[in-house]
Amino acid sequence: MPQITAELVEQHNLPPEEYRRILEIMGREPTITELGIFSVMWSEHCSYKSSRVHLKRLPTRGKAVLQGPGENAGVVDIGGGRCCVFKIESHNHPSFVEPFQGAATGVGGILRDIFTMGARPVAVMDSLRFGPVMPGAHGSPHVERNRRIVRGVVSGIAYYGNCFGVPTIGGEVVFERCYDNNPLVNVFALGLAQRDQIFLGRAGGPGNPVIYVGAKTGKDGIHGASLLASAEFSGADGQQKRPNVQVGDPFLEKLLLEACLEVMQTGAVVGIQDMGAAGLTCSTCEMGGRAGTGIEIELDRVPQRESGMTPYEIMLSESQERMLLVAQRGREQEVLAVFRKWGLDAVEIGTVIEKPLLRVKQYGETVAEIPNQALTDEAPVYERPIAAPPRTVPMEPPPEVEGVLRSRGREQLTDDLKKLLADPTIASKRWITEQYDTMVRTNTVIGPGGDAALLRIKETAQGLAMSVDGNGRYCFLDPRRGARLAVAESARNVSVTGAEPLAATNCLNFGNPEKSAIMWQFREVVEGMAEACEALSTPITGGNVSFYNETEGQPIYPTPVVGVVGLLPDVKRHTTLAFKAEGRTLLLLGGTTAPADEAKVTFGSSQYAHTLLGALWGLPPDVDLDYERNVQACCRELIAKGLVESAHDISDGGLAVCLAESCFPNGVGASVDLLSEAAAGLSPVYSLFAEDPSRIILSVARNSVAEAIRIAGQYKVRAVEIGITGGSDLKISQKEQGVLDAPVLELRALFDHALANAIEGEASGLPVEN
Amino acid sequence: MKFGVVVFPGSNCDHDAFYAVQSVLGQEAAFLWHDSTDLAGSDVIILPGGFAYGDYLRTGAIARFSPIMRAIADFAARGGFVMGICNGFQVLLEAGLLPGAMLRNRALRFICRPVYLRVENAHTAFSNACRPGQVLEVPIAHGEGNYFADADTLEEIESAGQVVFRYCCPDGEITNDANPNGSVHNIAGIMNREGNVLGMMPHPERACDPLLGSTDGRFILQSVLNAALDRVSTTAWAVANVNRS
Repeated sequence: MPQITAELVEQHNLPPEEYRRILEIMGREPTITELGIFSVMWSEHCSYKSSRVHLKRLPTRGKAVLQGPGENAGVVDIGGGRCCVFKIESHNHPSFVEPFQGAATGVGGILRDIFTMGARPVAVMDSLRFGPVMPGAHGSPHVERNRRIVRGVVSGIAYYGNCFGVPTIGGEVVFERCYDNNPLVNVFALGLAQRDQIFLGRAGGPGNPVIYVGAKTGKDGIHGASLLASAEFSGADGQQKRPNVQVGDPFLEKLLLEACLEVMQTGAVVGIQDMGAAGLTCSTCEMGGRAGTGIEIELDRVPQRESGMTPYEIMLSESQERMLLVAQRGREQEVLAVFRKWGLDAVEIGTVIEKPLLRVKQYGETVAEIPNQALTDEAPVYERPIAAPPRTVPMEPPPEVEGVLRSRGREQLTDDLKKLLADPTIASKRWITEQYDTMVRTNTVIGPGGDAALLRIKETAQGLAMSVDGNGRYCFLDPRRGARLAVAESARNVSVTGAEPLAATNCLNFGNPEKSAIMWQFREVVEGMAEACEALSTPITGGNVSFYNETEGQPIYPTPVVGVVGLLPDVKRHTTLAFKAEGRTLLLLGGTTAPADEAKVTFGSSQYAHTLLGALWGLPPDVDLDYERNVQACCRELIAKGLVESAHDISDGGLAVCLAESCFPNGVGASVDLLSEAAAGLSPVYSLFAEDPSRIILSVARNSVAEAIRIAGQYKVRAVEIGITGGSDLKISQKEQGVLDAPVLELRALFDHALANAIEGEASGLPVEN
Repeated sequence: MKFGVVVFPGSNCDHDAFYAVQSVLGQEAAFLWHDSTDLAGSDVIILPGGFAYGDYLRTGAIARFSPIMRAIADFAARGGFVMGICNGFQVLLEAGLLPGAMLRNRALRFICRPVYLRVENAHTAFSNACRPGQVLEVPIAHGEGNYFADADTLEEIESAGQVVFRYCCPDGEITNDANPNGSVHNIAGIMNREGNVLGMMPHPERACDPLLGSTDGRFILQSVLNAALDRVSTTAWAVANVNRS
């Protein structure tokens, strides 16, 4: 038995004061196994020790919420005795260290969270952020490596999701310098279940058997949660930490899914939880903790991939595709028979006990015994120091930039739009999404490329819309405003399909919480998110916090990602972003023209400033949440009344990009005049490319325009005619002076091929010769 | 008519095929477990898409040894209609029920998107509801759909009218650009010489509902139903094919 030295404690990422608490709780020196257990359960990733005090601020209740945070995933009622189960989780560091397996196991982990609850996963979306993949003036020295990471992450997601049989139906992909050394891979999954058949991770009924199911335990992923997910990276880590990344087997996961859903039908299952971060350790102490019971396990019985594994290794392994379940005593055989049918290892490894503790034995000897509470509710909680960092970017545009903005003419503005459409962050993500099976289960009504994805529910003809959204640049400039915008946009994305947002999940990606500036960002983001979730009635039902997204002291932008799920009573009554026909009136719903001085400040947060000017200044726009709520409600009513043929919200790249994207699917052009959008004294650059929120472009048949405007009036929402669809060009004028003019097909070609070209080189768009 | 949908442990389009049979064709559907040899009195067998046993070795390589495949080989030998979609096509190739083999897509990536298919032979059990030369929009979703056969085999299946569907442009032209995966002769679907076993990479069951896009997959499913209803002798199909070519 190794001596517990100060070095060993430090290697376990446990500060001296936390180790002192362990000594107090245990009343003795811990065994090495116990030390390992404490270190993973008290890691930032598992304990939320830095975030917990702030997360309490988030609204978690709502009329549709059946299960909020604290279980494997949130559960929301969708009527008719059904519910949907969803969550988003990060797998950032593993995906940097080993992109393919890191991303693949990210998908695997979140899928298990969903079917653990008794729900069949029906959708996955990914929110991905990478360093730049295009060389250029504002480029990155790591373009080649970034491309490799993109290829690895995308193929890992495809590998896992496609084989498992869940459609990957949307998400977002952003390229920005701050993710050069710390890409973000956030995976959202959603499943459907019967309301009365939700399963929880509770080890009820002392005496009941504890059954281990699935893959054998190996030495992979040991300390994934504590060393990979809860620590900063330094130079050589990328390679050194590869053994900490797990390896995924989607086929085994598929077997687990089918077997678990089948075994739940027997009625013999008391509780069930997947073994994700911190593996056997986390599932045993959490299941006991939630039920007020304990679990005793015998490690000799745990299926193992190799002989001679130590208790430490078995308890800390993060081998994938494993579940722990508690069955009713006397009905074990029913449970085991189902797993046998699916060819899975299923072994009784222990029992539920009265005492609320985790007891681990090997060869009859106790190797660890820790009170559950010490590992879960009583894990350390920190009120980390908070201090706003000094601003490092100016509030006003740099003088040279202001000159450029004032002098843009029609040709330059047209050229600017082309450059924006060809920026990988704006461009079509088809090169990525075509690698995903987007249609399996035959429910995908709107797949990748829409504002939100939309699924039909076959049994009820309802629609479920979902969106994930975030903007790190906004949050860097003002975390509170940025978080409010993320919630608003994600909800707006859902609303433009016609669906009413029901609830949300969040993935909060930040730097090192031990730095006061990072904690300030975190608190501001949580506050902003809470304000927006309250205003838009989208309670947070669960999610994930990912700290330590720093490499060599360089943090990422604070990047909260918000997933919003909404319901459409009749899926046939949905709309998409595509212009359907010529001669339709274009209405700009919502929004107001910002005064010139404010517009100048907020323009520094735009994609235009980033892509065209390589500059960053000012603040993101400030969203008026009450107005936002009305705009969305109005949009939904217009869609429900059948008055709208297309709806697309204005976001990255502003009005010009929004219009272009609506032109593309059917090759329908548009002519627009921005009389009302032109702020006094400002160049058309602003009206074309500013990203002010609460704005949606609708196409409406001429005989519906008056009615649509009347309804908007009832919501006290602005609705202005700005143009008409038709022709083969996108033409925009301001006060009857042309400011932008280009053939739709030419714009579309740029939009379609930019990402493939950026990742694979210019020749990639062409098929290989036979 | 009763359609049996085979369930390998890694099948993931089994529910989709089942749903299409029930809701689109209005016919009876039954799941057939891979470990059984009981075809439950099915008139048509569908081998659905997915990853039969994980396909870590080679798609369909292990599935051919499953008990259900022995029963299906017998069923096919007696003239029963068998339709392999995507992974089902791969399994039929490995099982020797269809000629040729699958390679990885030429871009070495999984591809999921709608493609266009030209009906090359409309006088088959799987295309009789189509017009000759009709262009169908049906999605693909696979990583190994690059059909290959040696020159002699190709010559044989081409001349016998066994090529049922070919990847084409929206206007029906057969071009290299329209070929999503590198298949020889743009082949998307073939049948056996007897005309009762079809394999195709595209997913007709995904193209059955206007809400999801194309409904062209119905032509293919309806064709099988017509054939099963007619029970026109399998030799007649084969003769018709040979005569046409």
